[in-house]
Amino acid sequence: MTGAWSDPVAWAALAPLFALAGALLVGLFGRRWPEPLPGVVASLAIAAAFVVAAVAAVGLLGRDAGVALTLWPFLPVAGLDVSVGVVVDPLAATFLLIITGVGLLIHVYSIDYMRDDDGNARYFALLNLFVASMLVLVLADSLVLLFVGWEGVGVCSYLLIGFWYRQRANADAGRKAFIVNRIGDAGFLLASFLVAATFGTLTIADANAQAGSFAFGAGVLTAIGLLFLLAAAGKSAQLPLHVWLPDAMAGPTPVSALIHAATMVTAGVYLVARLSPLYAQAPAASAAVAWVGALTALIAAVAALAQTDIKRILAYSTVSQLGFMFAAVGAGAYAAAVFHVFTHAFFKGLLFLAAGSVIHALHGEQDVRRMGGLGRRMRLTGSSALVGTLAIAGVPLLSGFFSKEAILGGVWNSTLVEDYGSRLLFALLLVTAGLTAFYMFRWYHRVFCGESRLARDVAAKVHESPGTMTAPLVVLAALAAVAGYLGLPAFAFPNWIKSWLAPSLASVGALHPPLWVEWLLVAASVVAAAAGLAAGWWIYERGRGALAERVGGGVMGRFARDGLGFDAAYRAGAVSTAEGLAAGLAVADRDLLDRGIAAGVTTASWLGRAVAAWQSGFVRLYALATLIGLTALAVVVAALGGRA
Amino acid sequence: MTVPTEAYVALSAALFAIGAMGVLIRRSAILVFLSVELMLNAGNLALVAYARHWAGFDALAGLSGQTVVFIVLAVAAAEVAVGLGILVAIFRDRSSTDVDALSGVRL
Repeated sequence: MTGAWSDPVAWAALAPLFALAGALLVGLFGRRWPEPLPGVVASLAIAAAFVVAAVAAVGLLGRDAGVALTLWPFLPVAGLDVSVGVVVDPLAATFLLIITGVGLLIHVYSIDYMRDDDGNARYFALLNLFVASMLVLVLADSLVLLFVGWEGVGVCSYLLIGFWYRQRANADAGRKAFIVNRIGDAGFLLASFLVAATFGTLTIADANAQAGSFAFGAGVLTAIGLLFLLAAAGKSAQLPLHVWLPDAMAGPTPVSALIHAATMVTAGVYLVARLSPLYAQAPAASAAVAWVGALTALIAAVAALAQTDIKRILAYSTVSQLGFMFAAVGAGAYAAAVFHVFTHAFFKGLLFLAAGSVIHALHGEQDVRRMGGLGRRMRLTGSSALVGTLAIAGVPLLSGFFSKEAILGGVWNSTLVEDYGSRLLFALLLVTAGLTAFYMFRWYHRVFCGESRLARDVAAKVHESPGTMTAPLVVLAALAAVAGYLGLPAFAFPNWIKSWLAPSLASVGALHPPLWVEWLLVAASVVAAAAGLAAGWWIYERGRGALAERVGGGVMGRFARDGLGFDAAYRAGAVSTAEGLAAGLAVADRDLLDRGIAAGVTTASWLGRAVAAWQSGFVRLYALATLIGLTALAVVVAALGGRA
Repeated sequence: MTVPTEAYVALSAALFAIGAMGVLIRRSAILVFLSVELMLNAGNLALVAYARHWAGFDALAGLSGQTVVFIVLAVAAAEVAVGLGILVAIFRDRSSTDVDALSGVRL
């Protein structure tokens, strides 16, 4: 084992330890440290993790295979050998870089954002723990260790969403995230059981290898795939378990950035990508993944149209973008999905941090109807947010354009889901791409352009955020602008990221339509983005939002604002039922069990008092009782005679 | 002419009844003690009487009856030692040996 450590790539296994050490240090001692120190220590921990991740990524360049390390045995039982081990391969390294890189920027940003908060040390300890869990998740070589990270991420998200737990709504949002995630976790566990029963191993690489020897489309593979889809849908906020993510913005804004960009929600995409050889053998499960993704993308985009909270728009946007990624992994375009995770991490992290900067400047105001014109007062925030907006909208030559185009092309050319309506999936995603451009234009315009709709007392105090907050914005804006060039359209240009990821992912055959069709697909996504932006311009710049107000006030507007009724349906269907059941059980507990037990206790103590009365303490009475008893015994013996 | 065994047994029963009444009636712990001794010795008397009665039939039976008497004497002596020790302690505590006044000692 010592030999393996001489390979710098293996050092990436230390990344979670750095983050964990930071969490312990800040969590145990941070409360007594002066203000910026907890944040600085936490940031340094993530910086160390970033360094080993970068070393590993560089070390992996030009290699065919990753490094697998078995650290120690964990559950050596007959027929199933589970050990703690890590795999550092291009897929893991990509995620490591995203998590630690974007995570580091968010940590630095948080130092000033969370200044003077009572829970400063707790915040940074949890942030480090969050990153550590996510790193464990992506490094794990077995489903068991992956589940450890999976659950750690779930717990940290719960703790951070409900970070300001004194307000009921925040605590409720944390609990909602946790409970909805638990539903997905049940799917993960069932899927793992099925994997263990089918393949006799929980090591991901072994399971993937064995899946290849099963018949294409075997029922058990489809079952495993569908159960893992449930798990991924919970963690990655996909239909029908997406309801927790829009509420998750109850936490501090950098936490939202971390959840949306670096940790947590990309875990589902990672899971499917990691199991891509299995999914490639199960077209029905893959099609389910793709359809869930495409429908989520569309529904969340519609819901995003009508939101009025600066962060809620972005939250629905994340749900929608994750839908794109799911559609891609479902269609077998695994590299495109990971590429979109990569670019999305930059522009979504950027957008959330920009939103945080705005909220910070406006002292807690989050309603876009009371913003506007902030671009002139906050130039750095405004211009980096513009880059992020254009990138996510899919404007050509920015990162979002390349990754989204890769997904659209991947879905159109998919052989894996060709029989499951890949062209319809493409159409849904194309419409969603247009909607994305529209609602992001609306977001940007409502916040940064037009005339100011600020309350007067707030407007006087608007200021650009300090350097530790704007510097991450600028770095992310630069990355959001250029990251796309790692994955130029594969049909005509060198696509570096696809060949980089190739050793980790299953290769699924794609259709190769004539070149003019490929160019037409690119043109289609350009047109979609342009149409969305133009519609946004026409409605919000030229029409001053009058049309939007008329539509938004109507039934459809309210329906979209309420997230298309999912929350209401869950409340009516599941939550109310559970609450009714709980109320009934409470009555049974109080009136039946409690009273029954109380009656038993009363009887017993009454009986005890009655018997205790005999114990008078008068010795002579005892002697009399003894005598009477003895006499009675003698009489009985005499009466029975010799028979006894 | 020898005294019949029935007479010894009758005397033993009378002594036992007198002792029992003493235990029940007397309130002074000393006298209760005396009464208990009376009951013990009533038992001893019955034992030696029967030992004599059966000695003619079975030598071992006669011997065992007398042996038990010695055990009873030894146990009674030990009991008196302990009991009087307790009594002295109680008397020092409350200058009285009235057993009814001790009802508060119970658990």
